[in-house]
Amino acid sequence: MAPALLLFAIFVVVPVVQAARFSVFRWNGLGPMENFVGLQNYVMALSDQIFQRSVTNNLTIAILSIAIQLPIGLLVALLLNRKFPGQTAMRVIVFVPYVLAEVVAGVIWKLLLQPQGGVNAFLETIGLDSFAKAWVGDPSVALWTVMGVLTWKYLGLAIVLLLAGLQGVPEELHEAASIDGASWWQSQRKITIPLLGPTIRTWAFLSMIGSLQLFDMVWILTRGGPDNATTTMATYLIRQGTERSQYGYASAVAIILFVISFILAGLFQAFVLNRDAGDDKPKQRRKKVSR
Amino acid sequence: MKRTAALRAVALGAAVAMIATACSSGSGSDDPTEGAGENVTLTWWHNSNTGAGKDYYDQLADEFESDNPGVTIEVSALQHEDMLTKLDAAFQTGDQPDIFMERGGGELKAHVAAGLVKDITDDAADTISALGGSVSGWTVEDRVYSLPFSMGVVGFWYNKSMFAQAGITEAPKTMDDLYAAVEALKGAGIEPISVGAGSAWPAAHYWYYFALRQCSQDTIATASQELEFTDPCWVKAGESLADLVAQEPFNTGFLGTEAQGTPESASGLLANRKVAMELAGHWEPGVMQGLTEDEQGLGEDTGWFPFPEVAGGEGDPAAQLGGGDAWACSNDAPDICVDFIEFMLSNDVQKGFAELDMGLPTLPSATAFVAAPELAQLLSYRNDAPYVQLYFDTQFGENIGGAMNEAIVSVFAGSGTPQGIVDATQAAADLEK
Repeated sequence: MAPALLLFAIFVVVPVVQAARFSVFRWNGLGPMENFVGLQNYVMALSDQIFQRSVTNNLTIAILSIAIQLPIGLLVALLLNRKFPGQTAMRVIVFVPYVLAEVVAGVIWKLLLQPQGGVNAFLETIGLDSFAKAWVGDPSVALWTVMGVLTWKYLGLAIVLLLAGLQGVPEELHEAASIDGASWWQSQRKITIPLLGPTIRTWAFLSMIGSLQLFDMVWILTRGGPDNATTTMATYLIRQGTERSQYGYASAVAIILFVISFILAGLFQAFVLNRDAGDDKPKQRRKKVSR
Repeated sequence: MKRTAALRAVALGAAVAMIATACSSGSGSDDPTEGAGENVTLTWWHNSNTGAGKDYYDQLADEFESDNPGVTIEVSALQHEDMLTKLDAAFQTGDQPDIFMERGGGELKAHVAAGLVKDITDDAADTISALGGSVSGWTVEDRVYSLPFSMGVVGFWYNKSMFAQAGITEAPKTMDDLYAAVEALKGAGIEPISVGAGSAWPAAHYWYYFALRQCSQDTIATASQELEFTDPCWVKAGESLADLVAQEPFNTGFLGTEAQGTPESASGLLANRKVAMELAGHWEPGVMQGLTEDEQGLGEDTGWFPFPEVAGGEGDPAAQLGGGDAWACSNDAPDICVDFIEFMLSNDVQKGFAELDMGLPTLPSATAFVAAPELAQLLSYRNDAPYVQLYFDTQFGENIGGAMNEAIVSVFAGSGTPQGIVDATQAAADLEK
């Protein structure tokens, strides 16, 4: 236990405490930290419009990720769970984007999304010239473009997790249901999806935390631009903080990001995931809910 | 308070240097000024890491070693971005090499405030006077800290055959000429200008130039000193920029276009004949060569003209925007370091530097050896300019410069205003006071 605690202290607690210490100074990284400014960095960050936009973007991405990926992921997982020729191959194919390194996927998409890139060329060939856009260069579409690429990248993870969850749904329940005259769709809706609950909630938790800390894909595709249209808290931290040598300010933003993630994770834990913790004692759980 | 700590750091650095020299010389002498004839090692980081440039610098190091027995130069030829990253980290730990590159302006000011760079005003007085006005960007409170060895100015690089195709016979002299050229190019089905607004600084160069044309040299100098942007000329610069943006001269999706590096970048678009011109520095021909398959860039079609005049401004229409690189010595470097950077600025070394097309020499006597005609033309504008203004983001440092650039891009995007640029800049500047 002691070595584990020591490692945790060195690699987790110390950096967080350090960041908290930096965050109350104005410091450009050179020489000693002397200019103590109290909470000024926090006030500046919270009242900065671009930071507010970053938080909004993060929340938008978190909500949209779940709203888009869950129904599609569930549908594909249910389909892939039925036996059909080429099933294994299909499962591999849907998982490929997730396995691909984020940077590699980002660079490929960035090239495809250029004004003279593959996506627009494709749209022209199929006669949809009017839909051709500066996908990552137009502030009004850039966030949707990023959202699209993220969906492409992370849908595979949702599907694989849901497929794994489906393995835990006993076949007998479906048999019983079909004997009672339930259609395939009815038995999915009334049996499979409720039993997938814990898997869905765990996936949603991972997805939410990933969305809040989103950095790499946005950085590669847009660097938070154009005109801050796709800025996230993490890209804001790098652009406004470290790239401008404002290490105190960057640390304050990092602490805010940490607190927001911590609170949302805590709320999710308290209100959503705790339903799974009590699964073996269903009666107690019901009591808790009724109170 | 800051000053005392800096002094303490300086004193500590000096003491460390003394001990280091004393140890390495092994003679028991603790006087670091006796560099020559003692065993001294100088570490030197530079970014000419390929081809003839690298060989040239290696050869210079050898030459200096044989002229100064006992001196050893440890050369690290680094890729440019790697060098910058390593230098940043080195400055933060106070472990920078003896000889390194400084870009001047606010960055240098921060290094000086932290006691990291050697004051060479007296030791290199002769070279400084030979360099003339170009050292101004590397001067902090009348003390000189680096010797600029290459300095260029920003102007329009254009494709001569595209201009001919659009019926443009003369390079634009005024903004109205430029707007007429933009119309003519559009009429010929050519995208007029590429700009890497995704990287911010290439877009910011437009505003810098408008400020240079709208504001007098005094106003700019005062703003640099006092960090006050109250003069109405700063807002006018933004209005000129808004006029330009309203002409819609830029490449499709320019807000997401990077400065350089790929065929889709602003430089790549010009090099691959997708647009007719781009506002860029003296590095552009070299950058374009790397972005075309035949490694020729625009080749024979390469043309250059200076930033046009802006009607009604208080600035000198011949003033140029530019920047460059300078050699500096670490504050704790042995004194022979200054001899080395003076050697780097000697006539022979600068001549070789020019002949190898490694940059645009700053020593007036060496400028005649620049071979490429467009670069020679650019150089003549640099030399004839009443003054060369350092890029504002370098001049004002990363924080103010970053805020300024960001607000300028928002005017390109149509979401910001001329006043917004001044407000954002002033807000960042107020934090530095």
